[in-house]
Amino acid sequence: MPLAFDWTQLVQQTVIGLASGGVWASLAVALVLIYRSTGVVNFAQGEMAMFSTFIAWSLVHQGLSYWAAFFLTLAVSFVGGVAVERAVIRPVERAPELTVVIVTLGLFFVVNGAARWIWTPETRSLPNAFSTRPIDVGGVAFSIQDLGTIGVSLAAVALLWLFFRFTKLGLASRASALNPEASRLVGVRVSWMLALGWGLAAAMGAVSGMLAAPALASFDQNLMQPVLLYAFAGAVLGGIDSPLGAVVGTMLLGVLINLLGTYVDWIGSELRLPVALAVILGVLLVRPAGLFGHVAEQRV
Amino acid sequence: MRRRSLGIVAWLVVVGAVLAAYALAPRLVSDFHSRNLAEAGIFFIAIVGLNLLTGYTGQISLGHGALMAVGGYTTAALVVHEHWRDVWTIPLAGVAAGIVGFVIGLPALRLSGLYLALATFAFAVAMPSLLKKFSGLTGGSEGLRLLEQAPLQVTGLSGTVTVLGHTTTQNHFLYYLAWGIGLLGFGLAWLLVRGQAGRTLRAVRDSEVAAASVGIDLAWTKTLAFALSGVYAGVAGALLAIQNEIVNPLSFTFLLSILILVGAVVGGLGSLPGMVVGAFFVEYLPDLSTRVSNAQGVPDFVYGAAIIASMLLLPNGAGGLLRRLARPLTTRLYLRP
Amino acid sequence: MAESSALLELEDVSARYGPVTALHGVSLRVGEGEFVAVLGANGAGKTTTLRAISGTVRRGGRIAFAGNSIAHRPPEAVARAGVAHVPEGRGTLTELTVRENLRLGAYVRRDRGGVVEDERRVLSYFPRLGERGSQRAGTLSGGEQQMLALARALMLRPRLLLLDEPSLGLAPLVVAEIFRIVRDLNEREGLAVLVVEQNAALALEASSRAYVLEVGRVAVEGSSSDLRRDEAVRRSYLGY
Repeated sequence: MPLAFDWTQLVQQTVIGLASGGVWASLAVALVLIYRSTGVVNFAQGEMAMFSTFIAWSLVHQGLSYWAAFFLTLAVSFVGGVAVERAVIRPVERAPELTVVIVTLGLFFVVNGAARWIWTPETRSLPNAFSTRPIDVGGVAFSIQDLGTIGVSLAAVALLWLFFRFTKLGLASRASALNPEASRLVGVRVSWMLALGWGLAAAMGAVSGMLAAPALASFDQNLMQPVLLYAFAGAVLGGIDSPLGAVVGTMLLGVLINLLGTYVDWIGSELRLPVALAVILGVLLVRPAGLFGHVAEQRV
Repeated sequence: MRRRSLGIVAWLVVVGAVLAAYALAPRLVSDFHSRNLAEAGIFFIAIVGLNLLTGYTGQISLGHGALMAVGGYTTAALVVHEHWRDVWTIPLAGVAAGIVGFVIGLPALRLSGLYLALATFAFAVAMPSLLKKFSGLTGGSEGLRLLEQAPLQVTGLSGTVTVLGHTTTQNHFLYYLAWGIGLLGFGLAWLLVRGQAGRTLRAVRDSEVAAASVGIDLAWTKTLAFALSGVYAGVAGALLAIQNEIVNPLSFTFLLSILILVGAVVGGLGSLPGMVVGAFFVEYLPDLSTRVSNAQGVPDFVYGAAIIASMLLLPNGAGGLLRRLARPLTTRLYLRP
Repeated sequence: MAESSALLELEDVSARYGPVTALHGVSLRVGEGEFVAVLGANGAGKTTTLRAISGTVRRGGRIAFAGNSIAHRPPEAVARAGVAHVPEGRGTLTELTVRENLRLGAYVRRDRGGVVEDERRVLSYFPRLGERGSQRAGTLSGGEQQMLALARALMLRPRLLLLDEPSLGLAPLVVAEIFRIVRDLNEREGLAVLVVEQNAALALEASSRAYVLEVGRVAVEGSSSDLRRDEAVRRSYLGY
């Protein structure tokens, strides 16, 4: 009796994993953006994304279509991100890094609390961006929702890449993160580049939230907390200073977790994240800077 | 000569004041508040431990709550399964957490900074699940309930505790125990930091490359630092278990790790006196936040805003402020002619 | 004394790094289109002087550029005013390509056409950069990086060029080439240059006036030709 390996299931589960990864990827890119410009991990990135998602919900509730709400929320989130940077990050620009980390932790509670107060904690739902009808490709069933999620996430990251690669502002932004002193000498207002980074990160976070919410039957203010964990883990796997790494890392993580959950029994749903984290740590022991990261040379 | 004796007098005054405050504080507050003060003492111990690690070696840990869990569960398990008296488990709880800290410290050699943060973060996140998994030892989701399962081993079961002839309420006893250990631990850390060990720790924090070039064994130093801070966390966890008379997976969530870190930074990394401020901040702020309003989300908002405000006002924590205030005093006292 | 106001004027300028004061009241002038050198031993404060001008160090005193005070402006504002600083260590953005470094140099400019023309011009001065346009700047040799740093500064179309130790770590032929190009720019386009150099002979040859710094103060000043001929000055301050 030949062992029939179910390839169909493998492909299906891989795509589902990629879709989860896609949700995390946008948030992971946001984390990388902040890390490259400000040098810290923004622990409040998920909550900011959640706040954006609630704004989107309100807009839809007022009668806008999903996509109209989507783009309007992106714009609002961008402004919000810039505002947050100017208000609470700029004052501690020269403080030790750990101080900034604690500020982001404080921001976590502030944003979460604000979201709980403005929108009471009943569960809500966001309509699906794409139809939930499955489609058949070569005998394997995929959900359009999943494919759409992967597509939107990749498109957002691609647009961001185009911005950084081909625009003057994008170039200045990259330069500011790489070498703020040299950038100042050519006239770049490095401080405002930081603000720009936070705005773009907030927008990417909003993408993540607005993709995460429809996938669930309902969501509440805790929506993005698990997403933040996975995004952080995926970003570190990919190399915390590499946007490409963030995308690849989270996609890989999504596939890994999903396949582990499907094929390995003793890993209950609660242990999936710790096991994944253990795998990541294993990878890091071999490649300390992550898959695509750079180990900064230490100048003595 | 005169300056030297002035300095000694100043120190004696400070130490005297601290001891007086320690002895008298419970008299000034209600019995119930002694419990809060005791909990502040518990946080103090954990924060001092984390400060030794992060403030002096520059290593970040997001998993000190989980190390507290190791201590707390060691205590609970010894009490419930082995019928040890609760207070006698404290040293062993510290050692157990120290060993775990040592083991975690080993990969810290290869990883550093962010990656260590991820490792401790993973440890903290996994802890509740791990605790539920090994339910034989840990009591699973239910946890271990010292009061129900081993009442005879609980100190102060009758409401009062008699030590060396003196009788106090259980809450007062917990207060004296927690802060007594806290002050001892503080003293130990202070001595450590002052001496050769402290210089070694600081060297690692300021520049690993430079430290290595003068022969400091980086691996050993970092691992020991982790282990030591683990001992402190374990002791704190044990005290928490003793105070609450119960442990379950929810007693030691990731939030606790964050709380300890916030306390250490608000207190001022690298400043031992600041840790007292940090401990009180972490103990009283959640409560004060709910006093502002109990409406949905407002306490969290206030709590977060207070954390942000304290960082904006005092980027180097309370310790930074204390250092700035003390500078005119110390320069006058210790300035060489 | 009725003097026409120079392009750059420093009057009693001090500068410090934290608690350490590096400049104790330096005064100097650079006229429109002048080529001036700042010389002195290691630690004399030469680099700090340039940093004080571009705003990358804490400074006090009077610093005026084209009649406006820049003593309190941040570096990005000083650059926008038309001062291009090529720092010690070059400050090339090694992760970006050569082309991107050049484009960044023109960040503050609004004239698209002028930028394109300048890029062409700059590449004609430094053809090797043109060949390596899409290479990462970090892969360039030391001499090429220095040229890139200079080229990037020129893309600003500055009125004043601050050059910090251009000869550091470079082979004599390369250094000579760089000085030749800078002299060319100074003569043909009227670009004012303030160069800090350890290699006093080279700097005195290229410049018309020079200042010699010693422990944060101006010890000697005068025309470069006079200083070159003054044996006493050469021996005590310039080491040759």
